[in-house]
Amino acid sequence: MDTPDSGGMTPLGRKTAETGINFTSTTRFSRGLTFIRTHTLFGQSPTRRIIPQTSLLQENVDPQKIAFLLRKQWTLYSVTPMYKFSYGNLKEYSRLLSAFVAAEKQKGLAVEVGNDLGIKVTLSTLLGLKGTDQDQVAVLVQIASRSQLPFENAENKVVWSGWFCCISGDDLLESVPEDFTCLSLFLANGAESYTAIVGSWFQKTFDCYFSRLTISPLNLAWMAAMWTGCKVDSHMAATELVFSVPCIPQSLDISYAIHSEDAKALWDTVQKTPGEVTQEEVNLFMDCLYSHFHRHFKIHLSATRLVKVSTSIASAHCDGNIKILHSKHLIGVLTLLTELAISQIQ
Amino acid sequence: ALPSWEIEGMQQRENAKNPKQALQVRRSSLSAWQIGERTAGPKTADLKSAQKHEKGKQQSASDRAGNSTQDHLEQALTYFERGKSSDNFNEVLQKHLATVESIALQRGLSPEGLDVLLNVALSGHLVNTRILKCLIPASVIAESSVVSAVSWLCVGKCSGSTQLLFLRWLIAMFDFIDHKEKLHALYGFFFCSLQDEKLGMQPHLQALLSLYKLFCPELVSITLPAKMKTYFKNSESLWKAAINTIRRRNQGTSPTSQQLILGTGHPQSRKRKWNTQLILPACSTDANNPTRSKEINHADILSHSESFPVEQLHTFSQLLQNIHRLEFPSQMGSVLRNSLLLHYINCIKDESIYLRLYYWMGQTLQEECTWYKLDNQQYEEEFKDFLDIVYKTECFLQEGFSSCEEFLYKSLPLWDGFCCRSQILRLVSWIPLSSFSEMKPHLCEPLAQLFFTSSLYFKCSVLESLKELLQNWLNWHVMQLDVESDPKISPLNTTLSGLVNSVAELIHFVGWIATVALHLENNATFLLYFILDFYETHSCPSLVFICVRIQRALKSLPFVHSFRYRTNLVAAKENELIKKTILQFKFSSQTYQEYNQYIMAMVGCLWTSSAFQKDIHPQGIRLDPEVLKKTRVQEVRNSFNIVHHPALMGYAILFLQQAWPEDKTLNFNLIKGRRWNWYLEYLYVQGLQGLKLFIESSINRVSQVSQTKSGNVQV
Repeated sequence: MDTPDSGGMTPLGRKTAETGINFTSTTRFSRGLTFIRTHTLFGQSPTRRIIPQTSLLQENVDPQKIAFLLRKQWTLYSVTPMYKFSYGNLKEYSRLLSAFVAAEKQKGLAVEVGNDLGIKVTLSTLLGLKGTDQDQVAVLVQIASRSQLPFENAENKVVWSGWFCCISGDDLLESVPEDFTCLSLFLANGAESYTAIVGSWFQKTFDCYFSRLTISPLNLAWMAAMWTGCKVDSHMAATELVFSVPCIPQSLDISYAIHSEDAKALWDTVQKTPGEVTQEEVNLFMDCLYSHFHRHFKIHLSATRLVKVSTSIASAHCDGNIKILHSKHLIGVLTLLTELAISQIQ
Repeated sequence: ALPSWEIEGMQQRENAKNPKQALQVRRSSLSAWQIGERTAGPKTADLKSAQKHEKGKQQSASDRAGNSTQDHLEQALTYFERGKSSDNFNEVLQKHLATVESIALQRGLSPEGLDVLLNVALSGHLVNTRILKCLIPASVIAESSVVSAVSWLCVGKCSGSTQLLFLRWLIAMFDFIDHKEKLHALYGFFFCSLQDEKLGMQPHLQALLSLYKLFCPELVSITLPAKMKTYFKNSESLWKAAINTIRRRNQGTSPTSQQLILGTGHPQSRKRKWNTQLILPACSTDANNPTRSKEINHADILSHSESFPVEQLHTFSQLLQNIHRLEFPSQMGSVLRNSLLLHYINCIKDESIYLRLYYWMGQTLQEECTWYKLDNQQYEEEFKDFLDIVYKTECFLQEGFSSCEEFLYKSLPLWDGFCCRSQILRLVSWIPLSSFSEMKPHLCEPLAQLFFTSSLYFKCSVLESLKELLQNWLNWHVMQLDVESDPKISPLNTTLSGLVNSVAELIHFVGWIATVALHLENNATFLLYFILDFYETHSCPSLVFICVRIQRALKSLPFVHSFRYRTNLVAAKENELIKKTILQFKFSSQTYQEYNQYIMAMVGCLWTSSAFQKDIHPQGIRLDPEVLKKTRVQEVRNSFNIVHHPALMGYAILFLQQAWPEDKTLNFNLIKGRRWNWYLEYLYVQGLQGLKLFIESSINRVSQVSQTKSGNVQV
């Protein structure tokens, strides 16, 4: 149990000194937490992003698990730091979460903890999925349903999966005390009812908060630019941008597909410093695409809303859905998504 | 055990009489006149009856239909209450039963109606199954009715299947019972009934037990069948459809607390995501997190005491007795509804508490903010309630939440100034005191835009809210002074200069918007009242910064020939003078200079008749002669001295009338020289102590007799 003294001046106190006027005080609900917003104030997008150099996965990675994460449509959530989450208890969490899911599914409260639930929840670590060494270990949650056919000794069918990660989330990590685990990005695949149950359990158990993570047109443009610039060895799919025009009664979607070589060539003329992308470069890149489109179709795409970006690296939808296609760029994509998730919770 | 149950059952039946009586009273007063069946109603009812007959002609057909349905229901209830008929096929019985069923399924039954019918159903009435199946509450179920019903079970008048149906009904309706304290005391009875052959095999009770076993295996020693799959599958289904219908019907009034925490059952709303239902978490100890339970066990060994679950915390004395072993709730957001826990977290220094609250509240505000949503009508009330709770908590803690501050900063630029107005403005008043440079772009600018373009009422609301903000900052500062009397903690100067700067900026800001607002609103008295109220409220160091603002407000006064401001202005001046006594604070020399400039400007206006002459301050009160000419005010320089000042002119007129009763011309220029001093004495006698204090402290008069045209300012 937390003793009254244990809080003391943990990393919080250290940070406060850096913020302008030093209101050392008895006030805690307000002043004690000033540090949190020193990083990026109110989710304003940075004007410059570094493309991670060490985009390779770490050595201890399980290739099967990584393959599982690719080529699936994931729904994005941001998660506030989890209180008293312990990696040593994953087995116990699996057991309790299984019971919770079974109970919720049956719309009743009482279930036996055991194997006859029809479903099995497993929490496991995703080793090696890290941007920096400080990043906390990613966690995979899977719900498997027991096969209805008794003679079939095949594996249980995974009906829902979700994973937590936080790639290069150092800023957030440094600002919270040890009791908290920062796994700010959550990705779910499967029925939303399962997401709801699992999310509720995490919210109740670790006092965290799940919010849908939507992606603004501005950030989609960043993704379009950054992913276009990435090298891919194998087959290159076309770069496709989908724009939405608000019309009545039905909105009109405009799909704009570019050969990925052409897009890459354009980007290479725009980008000044390798390994770094600026807001001006992103704007310029998009403006070039817009003017090209306007020349042919006389439509100002800048007046519409960018809703979807797909490249050979990944595809992202403004509703907060993502599909990552390439393991080599997994870390890079997750770094950007983690940044967006953290800016949403701060 | 049976005899004692019997007794309790009897008592309960006695108690249950009360609602019935209430029901009868209602019936006689409301419906006796409508049917005309009852001839001997109470006199009041007759009177009403006469009046209502008049109105009755205008009543719409649907009203009449509704009333008659209600009336049929009441007839039916009366019938069941009295009826001892054992004839199942009795036509009257069938008719009344049908009435009850149809109304219950359409509208639900009142707590009184439920009480009557529960008693009938469980007292061995032949149609008890049908009655039980239609017991759908319109609002709540009285706990006493349930207790009374349980007592009927002990009498053994109804069959096992009826008892079982009742238990299923109880489980399905559990959330509708208004209180549960007495009901909790009956759990022993439910467990006893496990031994009953007929009931014991029921899966519902076993389900409860297995739940107990899951979380507290040490408490449940019975062996339960290992393979139990469906426990509650059908317990609700009998009543579920009807409950949903009635809930939808009464949606406007149904308490939101009855919503399920999980949103999985409401897929019809895509906007409403599963994780954003605005429900404060229930206050409960965490049973799920083994990390935390282990810690508690560890603490037990050290302290030889058990932890105290928050669910059991009901009184302040309990809090005091168990404060050393109290567990935190699993979700910190639940403290908002629990003042005892607010007391507790207010005195515990544990960063994790604030961080948990910070994240939860920040995300909830962001996710629920009504003006980010398209179809906001539905959730605005909920959001308002939540903002009210946050505000009340801030008042309780006497401190603003930084998550709330950030929410305001993020969302005010998108605010229409209308949605949740009073809630938002109240939250503004609890923005923590911090560097104004942050507050200015995020709060002041969007607020000023709304301020200038909104109604007079909105302007006044904003000023009121900023007044509260200033007050809270100053209160906070006073508390800090107490805390920081220990110089080791924080040097007074740092904090004070930070405070003074922010306070000064706030006052400058209010001065600016107030001046513009006075022009926009044609110097509306109502607005001026709020502006002056802002300045009046605080007798504090900040008053140093006030007077220049007052004067800016006064600038507009030559165009308003009204004396109505007298009281306020004088009161403001009185307060303005209190600053003298508070000057023991360490101010920078610049502050002193500014103060002196303000004093000189004041003296220039009131005493030396040199208003608008010197440009003493960037935001000072000098006006170009050209501008002054345009006002077409005679003798501009005199217009704010103690004789011509609109706030004091009334006194000047009275003074002239008393001194020269024969002179009707009201020649103000007569007041000079010795008469100036008489007039001053006259003002003092009228009770203008503030003015007296100001003049005596700020003006060094060379001679009481000489004509004082040269004020000498001292501080």
